[in-house]
Amino acid sequence: MEQLIQQLINGVSLGSIYALIALGYTMVYGIINLINFAHGEIYMMGAYIGFALTTFLGLGFAPSLILSMIGCSILGMVIEKVAYKPIRNSSRISALITAISVSLFLQYTMMYFVSPQTRTFPEVLKRKSISLLNGKIIIDQKNIYIVAITVLLMLLLQYVVKKTKLGKAMRAVAQDKEAAELMGVDVNKIISFTFAIGSALAGAAGVLVGIYYNTINPLMGATPGLKAFVAAVFGGIGIIPGAVLGGFSLGMIETVVSAYGGSVFKDAVAFAILILILLIKPNGLLGKTVKEKV
Amino acid sequence: MKKNIIIIISLLIAYLSGQYLINTGIIDSYLQLNIFLIGINIILAVSLNLITGFTGQFSLGHAAFMSIGAYTSAILTAKMGLPFIVALIASGIVSAIAGVLIGIPTLRLKGDYLAIATLGFGEIVRILALNTDYIGGAIGFNDIPQYTNWTYVFIMTVVTVLVIRYFLNSFHGRACIAIREDEIAAEAMGVNLTLYKVFAFAIGAFFAGIAGSLYANYFYFIKPDSFGFMKSVDIVVTVVFGGMGSILGSIVGAIALSVISLFLQNIPELRMVIYSIILFLVMVYRPTGLVGKKDKEGKYFKGLRKEDFQHVSAKGN
Amino acid sequence: MSVLKVTNLTKNFGGIKAVTDVNLNIEMGEIIGLIGPNGAGKTTLFNLLTGIYVPTSGQIEYNLNTKVKTKDLKPHKMVHYGVSRTFQNIRLFKDMSVLDNVLLGFHSLLFKRSISRKDSFDEAYELLKKFNLLNKKDELAKNLPYGDQRRLEIARALASKPMILLLDEPAAGMNPKETKELKDLIFWIRNEYHLTIILIEHDMSLVMNICERIFVFDYGNLVASGTPKEIQNNKRVITAYLGEEAV
Repeated sequence: MEQLIQQLINGVSLGSIYALIALGYTMVYGIINLINFAHGEIYMMGAYIGFALTTFLGLGFAPSLILSMIGCSILGMVIEKVAYKPIRNSSRISALITAISVSLFLQYTMMYFVSPQTRTFPEVLKRKSISLLNGKIIIDQKNIYIVAITVLLMLLLQYVVKKTKLGKAMRAVAQDKEAAELMGVDVNKIISFTFAIGSALAGAAGVLVGIYYNTINPLMGATPGLKAFVAAVFGGIGIIPGAVLGGFSLGMIETVVSAYGGSVFKDAVAFAILILILLIKPNGLLGKTVKEKV
Repeated sequence: MKKNIIIIISLLIAYLSGQYLINTGIIDSYLQLNIFLIGINIILAVSLNLITGFTGQFSLGHAAFMSIGAYTSAILTAKMGLPFIVALIASGIVSAIAGVLIGIPTLRLKGDYLAIATLGFGEIVRILALNTDYIGGAIGFNDIPQYTNWTYVFIMTVVTVLVIRYFLNSFHGRACIAIREDEIAAEAMGVNLTLYKVFAFAIGAFFAGIAGSLYANYFYFIKPDSFGFMKSVDIVVTVVFGGMGSILGSIVGAIALSVISLFLQNIPELRMVIYSIILFLVMVYRPTGLVGKKDKEGKYFKGLRKEDFQHVSAKGN
Repeated sequence: MSVLKVTNLTKNFGGIKAVTDVNLNIEMGEIIGLIGPNGAGKTTLFNLLTGIYVPTSGQIEYNLNTKVKTKDLKPHKMVHYGVSRTFQNIRLFKDMSVLDNVLLGFHSLLFKRSISRKDSFDEAYELLKKFNLLNKKDELAKNLPYGDQRRLEIARALASKPMILLLDEPAAGMNPKETKELKDLIFWIRNEYHLTIILIEHDMSLVMNICERIFVFDYGNLVASGTPKEIQNNKRVITAYLGEEAV
């Protein structure tokens, strides 16, 4: 029982990371119907920016986090302008391949410049454990930080999307680009803005994962990127609370599967869940059914 | 009839001159390896094109079928000592069965969702292979007898192209293309969507399995990571690069990409960077591929339109 | 002899009643018109008749070569039963040639092996000739002018040798000259192929001219039925179309 609780606590931390990445996926998919395969690489870039800031400039946790979020949001906007804008009206398959090409480009350009070796992230947060139930359950300070920051960012996002004019414009563009444009919304600006926010969240996830697991490498974005996408589909792609739900569920399922001897199969379990969800409820747990007009 | 004779004669000449050049050593083993890889890639691309380019079903898991074929062949030849021709055909059949089993549930999905489901399937196959000790797990499967030769590669490539071409020219193939164009209209004209989608998927998987078998019995050694997501992407890229819905395109695409990667081997550290840039430029400037037909709207590939992403079947709730 | 009998047919989408308690009886060889304002449930009825939607309640019964019950209705089986249709927003196979579009109409017959490959080509040419499309047989369907696309869709539907032909707004987007030609074409089709034709149409001149019986829909209800003359003088129809004040 204690072990299960301990694993669930770890799962929540891992789930936070997935949720943060999944949010960017879901927002971009919601607005331009593109599976942004390069999103995992933005997360990787976030980790590297955080690494550079803490290691070489000796910055603390908070400034590194914020600067790396800013860095990633700029990167996200540049990627959108350079790579995705020209193919906005292309077929889905060329859009998807373009996204894959951007993903490969970032992975291997980074490999070229920072070498493929794994780096150790400095300990910017002191280890400080809190014991519960006579030390049977241990919560590290890091877990609390990760979850707290994730929740904070999500509340902030929720506020931006629901309460601000920009958020309203985003929702309008997601529903109907042409109509939004006719109503005077600058669609290009809104798409840029969506990439900026999504990428900033991925950047935050990158820094947090660096702090949590201590190691980073240029290919670190590939698998979490795919899994975050699984999380987004799990909750219902295009739906912001869905990504959060999906992220946390996936994180917890994974740690529990690992804890009970299935660690080598944990990725397979994630994908099996994906396929099951797609078959049973293709619009995700929180999604609504859409009908094709005949 | 006359055309057929010309085709048969030119194929024969191509085969015999290839065999001659290999026997005399003018084609050295390095060149031979690349020619074999081109053949295998043609089989993979043409078979995926049937699924994606002609039937309009976007698959990101084609390498998984190659993997199933490769391991089947490895087990049958290395562990059971069966003749290669048996292993080759069995690889195709086992992959095709896997294709049917995967296809029946997943082909209800459309567009991106199908792509993601097939991607997930591919990853599951890879992870299962990684954790199965019988086939070597993560270390890989060693000591597979090298049976693949020019004759096998040549014949299987030609057979793949001809069978898929023949299929596409039949009314069954026409039904597949109609599914790509408009599922609802195709259904109203009597096309059984599930049957044809699964059928196309099974044929595609069959030939991918054959390609896997040729691959395994050429390289002595296979490992699960050779057939991962990136390999599936490679095959999709070959198809799109050559031209969706064009068999000639897939052949040209497979040759062109193999030649490009041959050149890029001299600069290993920048290989993938340049590859990704080429990919990007092709998608932006020539999204219809090298041989694809041009279209006013720049959307030659009609299989994946916006409407298709209302992925829930139109049937009543 | 009755070929189609619809009893108490209802279709709800969530809370919306698209078709409510509709009863129809259609005789062999009739030309039937379905009219009504947009959103009245006409296309939904077509989709119910062709198995695309499953009824919420009620029965659909075809009396063709065999008896076909509600539960047998599946979109891909309709042409096999002898029911073929066109679509409101033309659904051609756009990147296929005109000839291939018509050839696809023979799919069900080829599948059953009740026609040879060669005969399917011969008959496709024959159909294209009758529809004045033979000289365009190699063009892609999407490159045809609008009127040709509408006619090609009808030709494709006829290729399956239906006994009942459902036409969803065949004259939509056509100019008066094309509409007139279409009218002649529909008459000709009925006489040549001995078909029962059910058509949805907003062009009243066309409907009143060619239909023998008309069913009027409004808000999912069948509000009136009768000969064109009866319909023209029906109060409820005038209300449905012109609003209360006009009466």
